[in-house]
Amino acid sequence: MEGDSEIRLWIDSLSLSFGGVRALDEVSMEVKDKEILAIIGPNGAGKTALLNCINGFYKPQKGEIYFDGQKITRMRPDKLAKVGIARTFQNIELYRGLSTQDNLMAARHALMGQNFLGGAIYFGWALGEEIKHRRIVEEIIDFLEIAPIRKKTVGVLPYGMQKRVELGRALALEPKVLLLDEPMAGMNQEEKEDMARFIIDVFEGQGETYPDTPVLREGVGCIILVEHDMGVVMDIADRVVVLDFGRKIAEGSPSEIKSNHKVISAYLGQEIEV
Amino acid sequence: MGRQRGTFLENYAQDMAIIRTRLQWAMLFIFLLLLFSCPLFLSDRALTVMTMIGIAVISVHGLNILTGYCGQISIGHAGFMAVGGYTSAILSAKLGWPFWATLPCGALGAGVAGLIFGLPSLKIKGFYLIMATIAAHFIIVWLILQLYGLTGGGDGLAVSRPEIAGFTVKSKGSYFCLVMAFACLATYTAQNIVRTRAGRAFVAIRDNDLAAEVMGINLWSYKLQAFFIGCVYAGVAGVLLVHYYAFASVDLFPFMDSVWYLGMLIVGGMGSTLGALFGAIALKLLDELVTVVGPGLSAIVAPQAAASMGLIAHGLVIIIFLIFEPRGLAHRWELVGAYFRLWPFSHEERE
Repeated sequence: MEGDSEIRLWIDSLSLSFGGVRALDEVSMEVKDKEILAIIGPNGAGKTALLNCINGFYKPQKGEIYFDGQKITRMRPDKLAKVGIARTFQNIELYRGLSTQDNLMAARHALMGQNFLGGAIYFGWALGEEIKHRRIVEEIIDFLEIAPIRKKTVGVLPYGMQKRVELGRALALEPKVLLLDEPMAGMNQEEKEDMARFIIDVFEGQGETYPDTPVLREGVGCIILVEHDMGVVMDIADRVVVLDFGRKIAEGSPSEIKSNHKVISAYLGQEIEV
Repeated sequence: MGRQRGTFLENYAQDMAIIRTRLQWAMLFIFLLLLFSCPLFLSDRALTVMTMIGIAVISVHGLNILTGYCGQISIGHAGFMAVGGYTSAILSAKLGWPFWATLPCGALGAGVAGLIFGLPSLKIKGFYLIMATIAAHFIIVWLILQLYGLTGGGDGLAVSRPEIAGFTVKSKGSYFCLVMAFACLATYTAQNIVRTRAGRAFVAIRDNDLAAEVMGINLWSYKLQAFFIGCVYAGVAGVLLVHYYAFASVDLFPFMDSVWYLGMLIVGGMGSTLGALFGAIALKLLDELVTVVGPGLSAIVAPQAAASMGLIAHGLVIIIFLIFEPRGLAHRWELVGAYFRLWPFSHEERE
């Protein structure tokens, strides 16, 4: 990755502890424009905790997070969604009672303006707005190839489909930064390949295929990916950050990480000599 | 909802529409025509029953938005009805305000009460919130009884029958039409709220509040909005109830009603506008059934149970629904609809 590209997200010596457990210990990193950053590490290394700090679930005790120069540490999650940070979850966290289409529409919430009074009257302003956003949601549905399950309640969908709907829901928020927490966990090879393709397509942007949907047209320039499948990480990530016991132990291109002895010993469980 | 074969949707507005074909419009029109011509051919007793059903429908729509859609279980709904009813009664009896002015004030008053008692929902969930809403009911009733100078306490407060544009809604028939007009309006607005932005936010909070927050929904604001909307419906129902009896009294808003409203929601099907409608109708009709056949039945079976036949019937029906059809009558209705889509041959497209 070129060093001159703009920094979008900057994490500055972030520390988070639960009682005596240090989940994150002085973690610093930056995510540049136009890059997929993968965060890897053994179980309990603090990968998800880091994502939870970025989108406001956890309030870190020390350190700051900046997004496009704006300090976003300890902001409320719903405010951060409006700033442009969307995520998917390790265990699927969809709205099980809503259809696929409504799950995506629900994610447009922050981008819509109507209140319940407009909604109660329905005809006029609210209907116009619903149609406008429905059009964008339909493009995302088309892009993710989930049109056949558009009106199905998501609770009854198979696991792989739910994962895809969750990606769609994150995209419907039109994020500037996309946080993906193990998007391929529990998938078979084909589903993994599909998901990897979608992630790359989202990253690169689809240009004039989806002219009305900015998030698909321009793509999401900044993706943070937490993933256990090393094959996927090595293939699609531009840069990799390795966490172990809450500490950043390595950072670099996939090929550098592959041969880093600290990373190898972290995964194989050997003592690190500092 | 199914779609007749041969009906093609050409734009999103058509896809989102509830009523799509001319046949459906005609059916709606005939239904409304029949409904509003009921006073012409129904007895006063039947009209009273239907008026009470109408009031219950309005109230249960509110509870459905709050509990069925937003997942904030409330067993204080009769209390919020009392706030609406008494606000309107006080304004009309003490200040002589006309009905069209006291009704929105009553609705708003109940809404504000909902906001106040909804505040605990920001911190507590489930069982503990139920306790808080039960407390809300008793606090409201206690306040009404204590504020003697304002509310007449236990003596109650006499109010006039509503007067709209010079016409006094006096007869059972005209009051029936008034209540049904509000019940239709309540059904229309309730369904529209739940299928637009606010309704999706409510379901998001119900199904997964953590994800809802991450996806940009302000939990604080939307939980309170659900309480406000739910209680505004309760307020309207309370106003209509008080003005029907031309008398405001805490006896009109017993605690058991709060429980039965939740029961109606269970029987009808939570999280469905149709369910709220079905549930209110079903349990109110059950009430009537018990009144009619109850005395005879209990005389044969168990004379000592005569007084509590209603309670037993209600409780039994709710338990049966919880066990055998937790998704309520609305779900049954869908199943029947699905059956007839295929019978005698497949003639409707499934969505």
